[in-house]
Amino acid sequence: MTATDRPERRSPHVPATAGRITPIGLLGRRPVAIIERNFLAYRRMWALFLTGFLEPLLYLGSIGVGVGALVGGVQLASGHTVPYEVFVAPGLFAVAAMNGAIMDTTFGFFVKFKYGKTYDAMLSTPLGVADVAIGEVTWAVLRGAVYALAFLVAMVAFGLVESWWAVLALPIAMLIAYAFAGAGLAASTFMRSFVDFDFISLALVPLFLFSATFFPLERYPEWLAAVVRITPLYQGVSLTRAVVLGDLHWGLLAPVTYLVVMGTVGLRIAARRLGTLLQP
Amino acid sequence: MTATRSGVLRVVEREAQIFKSLWRGPVILSFITPVMFLAGMGVGLGGMVDDGTGGSGAGASDLGGLDYLSFVTPGLLVASAMQVAAGESLWPVMAGKKWMRTYHAMVATPLDARHVFGGLIVWSGVRAAMSGAAFLLVAAILGGVPSPWAPLALLASVGCAMAVSSLVATFAVGQESDQSFAVLMRIGIIPLFLFSGTFFPVEQLPDAVEPFAAVSPLWHAAELARGATTGHIEALEVLLHSLALVGFFVVGWWWGTRRFTRELQT
Amino acid sequence: MRPGTPAVASAAVTEPAEPPLIHASSLTKRFDDFTAVDGIDFEVRRGEAFGFLGANGAGKSSTMRMIGCVSERTDGELQVLGLDPRGHGTDIRGRIGVVPQEDNLDTELTVWDNLLIYGRYFDLPRDVIRRRAEELLEFAQLTERKHDRVDPLSGGMKRRLTIARALMNRPELILLDEPTTGLDPQARHLLWERLYQLKREGATLVLTTHYLDEAEQLCDRLVIMDRARIVAAGSPRALIDAHATREVVELRFATSDARDDAALALEQDAAGARVEALAERVLVYTDDTDHTMGRVDALITPPASVLVRRSTLEDVYLMITGRTLDE
Repeated sequence: MTATDRPERRSPHVPATAGRITPIGLLGRRPVAIIERNFLAYRRMWALFLTGFLEPLLYLGSIGVGVGALVGGVQLASGHTVPYEVFVAPGLFAVAAMNGAIMDTTFGFFVKFKYGKTYDAMLSTPLGVADVAIGEVTWAVLRGAVYALAFLVAMVAFGLVESWWAVLALPIAMLIAYAFAGAGLAASTFMRSFVDFDFISLALVPLFLFSATFFPLERYPEWLAAVVRITPLYQGVSLTRAVVLGDLHWGLLAPVTYLVVMGTVGLRIAARRLGTLLQP
Repeated sequence: MTATRSGVLRVVEREAQIFKSLWRGPVILSFITPVMFLAGMGVGLGGMVDDGTGGSGAGASDLGGLDYLSFVTPGLLVASAMQVAAGESLWPVMAGKKWMRTYHAMVATPLDARHVFGGLIVWSGVRAAMSGAAFLLVAAILGGVPSPWAPLALLASVGCAMAVSSLVATFAVGQESDQSFAVLMRIGIIPLFLFSGTFFPVEQLPDAVEPFAAVSPLWHAAELARGATTGHIEALEVLLHSLALVGFFVVGWWWGTRRFTRELQT
Repeated sequence: MRPGTPAVASAAVTEPAEPPLIHASSLTKRFDDFTAVDGIDFEVRRGEAFGFLGANGAGKSSTMRMIGCVSERTDGELQVLGLDPRGHGTDIRGRIGVVPQEDNLDTELTVWDNLLIYGRYFDLPRDVIRRRAEELLEFAQLTERKHDRVDPLSGGMKRRLTIARALMNRPELILLDEPTTGLDPQARHLLWERLYQLKREGATLVLTTHYLDEAEQLCDRLVIMDRARIVAAGSPRALIDAHATREVVELRFATSDARDDAALALEQDAAGARVEALAERVLVYTDDTDHTMGRVDALITPPASVLVRRSTLEDVYLMITGRTLDE
């Protein structure tokens, strides 16, 4: 570059994001380095990684099998009746995917962000904020998918899968993970201290309990059912339940769109916020 | 002994002081979470249990004549006490020992390691009593508490919290980082939460597993609490379950005082 | 020459001097209503050690962050390695090494993995990364701690690892923000030795510091920053010659009243070129030490101690800003 093609001077206060933030598109090579970093870190914290999918599996044993014995069967909207554990398993599958995605994009992210200054180090290299956001979300999607796959294997082993369409559950798990990873990362960029994470728990517990996970939507009061229909985990639960029980229809495109939009909006907010916080 | 007791109280006072400035998040969470479980599991899922939907549901006969909400209320009461106690005895212990070194500051005063440990346990009991009382009130309004003896269930709740706290804090103070804490929650606390007669009677567990309920402090506490909220329990059962909780606490105290002293005063 | 390096071929005929690695003019950084850097000009040439000296909050770190392309300038011009950080941040960051003020090593990784993954952030091939990481561990004297976690390392070790990490991409320019702050004297000297070594090998260093001895020892040229502006520039020797006297007489007194009386008397007596009364001592700047000492002997209350020394950068800083660096 010579003096003649020096870029024109910008007026102050106009952020030049064009060169700084890579457009969010296909996964480039740079975000992969962040996935490698997380892989290296968990190689020495494998117990932490492996036990992450236990919770939904334990709920399947306790609520699905234990309480299920007291419940008996569940009549579905389609008319046929299935054992309670068959009903509850797809719900917990969606929870497994959500948990896997949430862990590293909320609490795990915040520890690295605030105390480790890990992202400051990353941003002094060619990595940009979009690479960080895409890398962390992709890692979270992979983690969610691994947990969901483990759960799916357990479901097959216990004979809780009724249709071959269940193979579609895995891409659905990735969609769920994408949605929650994006939203989780975006939310975490607004946290001021660990105390604020109680509010994330406060949002996750009702999602876990009231997304038609443990009892069908028909049993909710009318107004609550209407609220549940627009919450994110319900989209994942209803998608999973549809494919596992072999009840496919075009209406399922709505929850798919919902989850894609949620993840993408979250990812964009996260990237923008990271720029504001780390590159003032 | 008097010196020890007042030392413990001073540590409890410090915890309460911190809590006064930070109470919102923890209080909302430790109260709302069990209430949401009560609504979801007790009312929502409970409706399905009580209906015996689909015909094969065994329903009330397996629950000793109780409706599901009444069955699950005492279970959730003590389970949330356990959760609160475990939470208070893990990360705050690491903060005291390592991150902020507040425990080292405490033992540089006339307080010693036993006071630090004892204060922590008593504080866990106080937290359990506070959130437990609020929870019982909500459960009573929802109709999950048939007996007037119910306030006694808080004793079981506090006993459970103190027993769990003594054991968990003993584990925590021996660790060098918090990495194992999430693992302990997942392979220790959550399985206890789900399989200690909280959501379904332990008699339903496979025969080979059922005897293991005896090593769960939560099961003993749940049986005691259920006796209080329903009014149906034998005197001998009260005695045995209470002894079991005291036993857990004694083991935790004996072992924990040694570990706290070794970590903080050598 | 790498792709992306300034194309100087045609200009070189008439202008033999290589273009500067960093060129800044009227460089400004404002945060809402606070101006952190207020229109500064400077140039850094290849192979030199260039320092920003100033108290905390003078604008040094903000300047470093703009050079490191993690903070966008509000106004003015900035070229790093011939490129504008606007639009070329990624390219520039790929060719510089950054040692931040606060250690930000990855505490979830080992010493070795820290170097390894940092190399991956630059998208370097794995065999290159391994070879360089071995060399740099040797350089940082951390080979024995290769498989340890970062947490238990001492402050000096962490700093050396941070520097080793910043060298993974063979940077053309190394930015060091307060490299020895918080280290004990022994660790500081070891670190200085490593930085000399880099300098001997031809590296270009840009560092900030609020230690005068560090600036004097390490920097070929430096600028003094005060309240967001550059107030003086030059080599340490030139700055001392231009802004301070040859020698300084330092006097300590038993009481603060005695100190104030003495400062006043010396001022009236024209004991030196300038008299400064600090918190616990009086400084007399002078080019004629005998004359000054004569005035000191004539004081009604004699000082508790007297020290005659050569002027340092600290005196330059005091002369220009009217404050000591640790204020």
